[in-house]
Amino acid sequence: MTTYLGLPTAPPGVGHLRGSEPFPAAARRALADTQLRHNLAVATATIRAKRAEVVAELGDWEELRAAGQAAKAGAMQYLDRYLEQLETQVQARGGTVHWARDAIEANQIVASLVEATGSREVVKVKSMATDEIGLNEALAAAGITAYETDLAELIVQLGHDRPSHILVPAIHRNRAEIREIFLREMADVDPALTDQPAALAEAARLYLRRRFLSARVGISGANFAIAETGTICVVESEGNGRMCVTLPDTLITVAGIEKVLPSWADLSVFMQLLPRSSTGERMNPYTSMWTGVTPGDGPQQFHLVLLDNGRTAALADQTGRQVLHCIRCSACLNVCPVYERVGGHAYGSVYPGPIGAVLSPQLTGIEENATLPYASSLCGACYDACPVKIDIPSVLVHLRARHVDEARKDRRLPGPEAIAMAAASWMMAGSGRFAAAQRAGRLARPFGRRGRISRLPPPLSAWTRTRDLPVPPAQTFRQWWRDEHEKPS
Amino acid sequence: MSAREEVLARIRAALADGGEPARPAGAGPGPAADGAGATFRTRGDLEPGPLLDLLAERLADYRALVRRTSPAELGAAVSVAVAGRGARRLVVPPGLDPAMLPEGIEVVTDDGLSASDLDAFDGVITGAAVAIAETGTIVLDGSPDQGRRAITLVPDYHLCIVRAAQVVETVPEAVSRLAAQADRPLTWISGPSATSDIELKRVEGVHGPRTLEVILVGP
Repeated sequence: MTTYLGLPTAPPGVGHLRGSEPFPAAARRALADTQLRHNLAVATATIRAKRAEVVAELGDWEELRAAGQAAKAGAMQYLDRYLEQLETQVQARGGTVHWARDAIEANQIVASLVEATGSREVVKVKSMATDEIGLNEALAAAGITAYETDLAELIVQLGHDRPSHILVPAIHRNRAEIREIFLREMADVDPALTDQPAALAEAARLYLRRRFLSARVGISGANFAIAETGTICVVESEGNGRMCVTLPDTLITVAGIEKVLPSWADLSVFMQLLPRSSTGERMNPYTSMWTGVTPGDGPQQFHLVLLDNGRTAALADQTGRQVLHCIRCSACLNVCPVYERVGGHAYGSVYPGPIGAVLSPQLTGIEENATLPYASSLCGACYDACPVKIDIPSVLVHLRARHVDEARKDRRLPGPEAIAMAAASWMMAGSGRFAAAQRAGRLARPFGRRGRISRLPPPLSAWTRTRDLPVPPAQTFRQWWRDEHEKPS
Repeated sequence: MSAREEVLARIRAALADGGEPARPAGAGPGPAADGAGATFRTRGDLEPGPLLDLLAERLADYRALVRRTSPAELGAAVSVAVAGRGARRLVVPPGLDPAMLPEGIEVVTDDGLSASDLDAFDGVITGAAVAIAETGTIVLDGSPDQGRRAITLVPDYHLCIVRAAQVVETVPEAVSRLAAQADRPLTWISGPSATSDIELKRVEGVHGPRTLEVILVGP
């Protein structure tokens, strides 16, 4: 377990924050999948256009972003006190609050709460936090079946697959593939099922309906938790969320500690920022808000599990802590040129895209997700799209520096990049050396074709494998200057 | 150390290291809760007529059915809506005014019906707490004319009656109005249940009511 300022990160061996291979290797394979690239290009372009349209409707969008950023920064600055206030309010309304240091502890808490009800089944609302900690696997190990009820999560679960987008986790599957999965996995599905989206949605409705009506335990995440009132808020579209938080006798909500918002009034900002940034709608179809237990309405047992799992390690980093402001809207994924081409699986974590590249390494410790901060061209589109103004490019650069520092501290051998940088530093420090290097650059000219160099011999081939270089000019700048100004005319 | 104590201690350790801006010892947390000093738009400026027009337009934009009526014509409008739907058996919350209920169909008042019982109804009729014109949203707060959350969730048809005085233009106005009910279960509804999970094609109607019909009662 790597630590930053002594604070523990998310433990290995549990949950889904680490990939099985580094980003470049995973990305290379994803890039070869033309169907995936096509699906992603269509999907991200569609959501981008919808979002742009509804954001343009609000004349005060920039003011809302600033207010969202300020509310989150305020929440983080007094996080301990807001969590204590949230706990007090939830308890005052008949709820129970549990604290989990990490994924292992959160999974144990949830499994034992389910076991105490006597139920061996739970219905689940789509939740990033429970994906992060691998709750479904932990419940399965305890003999408890978890049914994902969000349509996309259901497709992922039945396909024995992994989510690839925060908002639309099955974005990598097309309708024909979804039909195949339903026919194979749903016991009593109509064999004449077509691949029309409406027919597939209807099949999911029928498959889940009796589970909803008989469910005794529901599990959710939280989009917001209001310290002032103890209110938990879940934002969704299909009604599966309402089913899970309303019909069961027992409701268990797993929320990262950074989900807390100071005051009720903060919802006036976030209920505008989130739907418009996420699905590109003025408002999502359904939002449920509840405070503890309401006699005669909904679950009579309510448990809130507050999860650290590396969040305090991120909080300890003054530059990196702003990633805890993230409201999981996924707007940054949809504008990212890297995400659009490689998709979510290449990031190896449940948090893909630009936000994943800055969040996952901080939760796990940088050395366990060392390639993610480099999975970006630093174009800055994510910063512009972020509804709470997280400066993702700056955090990416900061995490690259931390990666280099930590690697150096471990006295590992310098990599080729470090050697090249050291050589460049020496070369640029003397004007004679710099001039000689510029002249030497012309030696690459024979490798050029039509003004570009696509292939250099090793070890320089490592650079040109994925990039073209412009052919160096025949004359260096210094030579040109001498010719123009120093020769007598 | 308990997990609670340890997580809180970690947070304090993380923030002690020169948080920006520096955290004053003992200072009260957070911004003013009343939205005072907000730089964003906290209220709309539409007159009542255009306000209802905007709500009707935005509801319809997200595939809700919308009817406009006056207080005197409300009962007739409810009858027409229910007849148009072909509904014969409806559930209602205990506080809904019986005068507006149509005759000739079976109306059952909810007294804690099971989910399976609710599944056997053709629909539900309720009032609302607040409606937001700009986003086409209606909010239920569990008041006696709106009932438990389950009754507007399980039946496939939801007929919701919204009165002009309940309509605000913006989200901040709705949040402010709901502050007094913040501890009640709230459901914000914007159109019927929907999904875009398959190739981003919008499909109305998954698990929640597949038809949402709103009767706007003018002044």
